[in-house]
Formats: sequence, C-alpha cells, structure tokens
Amino acid sequence: MNSRTDHRKFKSINRRELLKLTPVVALGAFAIPRLQKQLLKTGLGFSDWASAKLFRSGHLAPTFADSDLTPFDKFPVNDYDVDDPEVDFDKWTLTVTGAVQKPGDYTLAQIQALPKVTQNTRHVCVEGWDVIGRFSGVRLSDFLKMIGADPAARFVTVECADDYYESLDMATVLHPQSLLCYEMYDQPLTREHGAPLRLNIPTKIGYKQAKYLTDLKVSHVLEKAGYWEDQGYSDFYGL
Amino acid sequence: MATRAIAIENVKTGEVTEAVYEHPLLIRLCHWVNAVSLFVMVGSGFQIFRAFPSFGAKIPQKDLLHWPKAFALGGWLGGALQWHLTFMWIYIATGLLYVGYQVFSGNYKQVLFAPRDIPGVWPMVRHYFFFGPKPPVKETYNPLQKHAYTSAIGLGVLSVLTGFAVWKPVQFSWLAWMMGGFHLARLWHFLVMWAILGFVFGHLVMVVLHGWNNFVSMLTGWKKDPEYVSK
Repeated sequence: MNSRTDHRKFKSINRRELLKLTPVVALGAFAIPRLQKQLLKTGLGFSDWASAKLFRSGHLAPTFADSDLTPFDKFPVNDYDVDDPEVDFDKWTLTVTGAVQKPGDYTLAQIQALPKVTQNTRHVCVEGWDVIGRFSGVRLSDFLKMIGADPAARFVTVECADDYYESLDMATVLHPQSLLCYEMYDQPLTREHGAPLRLNIPTKIGYKQAKYLTDLKVSHVLEKAGYWEDQGYSDFYGL
Repeated sequence: MATRAIAIENVKTGEVTEAVYEHPLLIRLCHWVNAVSLFVMVGSGFQIFRAFPSFGAKIPQKDLLHWPKAFALGGWLGGALQWHLTFMWIYIATGLLYVGYQVFSGNYKQVLFAPRDIPGVWPMVRHYFFFGPKPPVKETYNPLQKHAYTSAIGLGVLSVLTGFAVWKPVQFSWLAWMMGGFHLARLWHFLVMWAILGFVFGHLVMVVLHGWNNFVSMLTGWKKDPEYVSK
C-alpha cells in the first residue's frame, strides 16, 4: 500500500530534493571570466594528457595509394605569416643545439645522406580540412641518432625562417613515420611548402608540422610549446 | 524496480493526490549536467565548423552554410576547441554514469525501448501527429517516448564515437575506417549533432505540452498526479 503524507510535508520533501541538484550550479564557474580561462586551460591540459596516453609508438598512421593523392596544386599552402620567408638555400644549414653529443650546423646534403623514406599520408588541418600528400625525407629518429641526442631527452623544438616555432614530444619524434621532409610529390620542397626542410608528422595535426626549419633543439623540459599553442591551441594535438 | 509512490493528503480540504518518485537523484544530476554540456558542445562545435564550413575539398572550397557567430561559442577556433575538448569529458562522464546507473539499478526498464513496445508505437504516432485517440497510459513512458529516449542514448554514443574518429583518426584509425575515413567521420559527427538537436527540439515541445508537473519531476524526482496511476 502507498504511504501517506500531508501536502506540506510533500512540499518540503520536494524542496530538499531540489536542493540536492545544487552541484550542477558548479558548472556556472565556467561563466565567470577569471575562472573560465583557468578551467578551460585545465580541460585542454587533461585532453593533452589523455592524448599522450592514447599515443601508441608502434601504431602507424594509414598510408594511401598513389591514386588517392590530392593533386599537388590542390594541396593548401598554410602559414601564419608569409608564403616565402626567402631562405638563402646556398647558406642554409640546420642548427642543432641542446642535449646532443654533436651540436652544430648540418647541411641538407648531410641530412639527405640518411636513409630516405617516402610515404603517402593524410595531412589534417585543425580547421577541419584534410588532404593526402606524398612526402619524402629522413626519419627524425635516424637524425637524432646522427646528432647523438640524449636518449633521456623528452622534447624536440624547432625554429623556422619565418619565426614560427614548434615542439614535439619524444614519443612522436621517434615514431617511424615522423620525418624531416625535403621532398613533396617526388620533387624538392617548393618555397611555399617549406623549402628546404620541413616536418612531416602524420600522427600530428597540421600546425605542428613546421616549415622552413632553421633550428632544432633537443631538450629535457618544454620551454615553448609552439606559436599556435601560445595562442591557445592544444600543446600535444596528436591524431 | 518498483517505483515509490505516496498519497498526498491536503489536511484542509481532505483532497488526496498521488505522487510517484520517477527520477532518482543521479539521473536528475546527469540530465542537467548533460543539458549544459550538450549546449556547450553544440555551441563550440558550430564555432569549430565555422573554421571550415564545408565537407568537400579545401581547394576549391565550397561552403555548405554560413553559421552566424552569434550562435557559436568560443570566439575563435582555438577558444572553441578549448570548450569542446573540456566539456567532451563531462559529456562522456555523465553519459557513462547515466548508462551505468540505469543498468545496475534496473531503472532502465522504464525507459528502454523493447520489442514489446513496438505494437504501441503506431497508436502513439497517430495520437501525437494525426489527432488519433489517446492510447491508455499504463507506464511512466509510452512506447514512442521510450523510442525517443533510447534513440537519444544511441545518438549520444554515436556523437562520442564519431568525435573520437575526428579527434584521433590515427590512434582510432579502425573507427575512422568504419565511418568511411576521417573525411566522412567529420560529416557523420555533424549529422549526429543535428539528429540530437532534432531530439532536443521534440523533447522541449513535449515538456511544454505535458505541463508543469512533468517538468518538476526532473527537478525533484517526484511527479504529482501521474496519468499512469489509477485513481
């Protein structure tokens, strides 16, 4: 049989039950400007932490047949400043610093002496578009061996001729598909695609794949995450 | 699960009404947190969509629709991604809590659309959309409601799966592959959102039509004078 209660008692039961919903109000913290910035930063940080956990060193990004390639002229040119930072190819070197046994300036010929890898992989832009391109270069892991990078180092940061800068976590750097890329579509990199040397990291979003490289640093701590990261994008953004 | 019911007596008039405890606290919490996170996910999702409002090629780019900034959250792509990548965890957590609670408490029986509900769907559709007679109300939810709520849970799951295919097309390459690749996964994610918005619209219309007691039950758990309790 149903229990009985009088209507005033029922009202107080209802009030109590309503009050139990107050934890929902905590979400209102997101509407307070000062807290909002910190909360969203924490949320993005959690996503990056989860992303790093989800990353599998042995898991390869899908590769595609030549017939799946986006035509070269339909491969977008994206940069934050200029298409062509007017790199002087004759004088160009990659300056290596940080936790390495052999720091110094490396010529393109020295880099190209490492085993060449060619891959048709998907390039995904944070904006939402994607293309399939053909990239050739040398494995970052091979290059790190050449320069004698400290195996305990955790990050690689790069700087670019257009003052762009980026960082990569070591697990991604050592991934077999992470390249120092000097050819696209079997041709030397064009200036607007990052000549003479760019990153091609099919496990990362587009903005992490910096172009027009000039400097590479191996480090134990992350000094600066990257140009877009400093504007508020994800530090890790692995695909 | 037996639903708790009480009789409420008005001591002045002696009038007696029934009330039923329909929504346990955890379900109510999940409902309102989910309402907020869904709002954030859709709003920031539109801002993300604005960065490339197309499902075709980048070159040449053909925009599908120009979504007004006033109906988007985050201010710019980076801001919207922060909202999206923060609230997706809240969205997933409430979803898991809700489904977990329903399964372990047995509460799902009042809302899960089952084969025995199929015969009741058409009479309900006839009543809602074609002025048919109102079928007798026997349970907390009628077959059409069960269908709607069960579908909404399915859409919620799909929104997460398509979202993961877009966010991690390499780590979850099998998921993206099942959806026809990254490119199409992004389209599915968008379409699932519209399906959820369709549910929300219908849901709100029904809340308005079904009146105050029904709305209050999602706040306090108690529904006064439910139709399915015989007098």
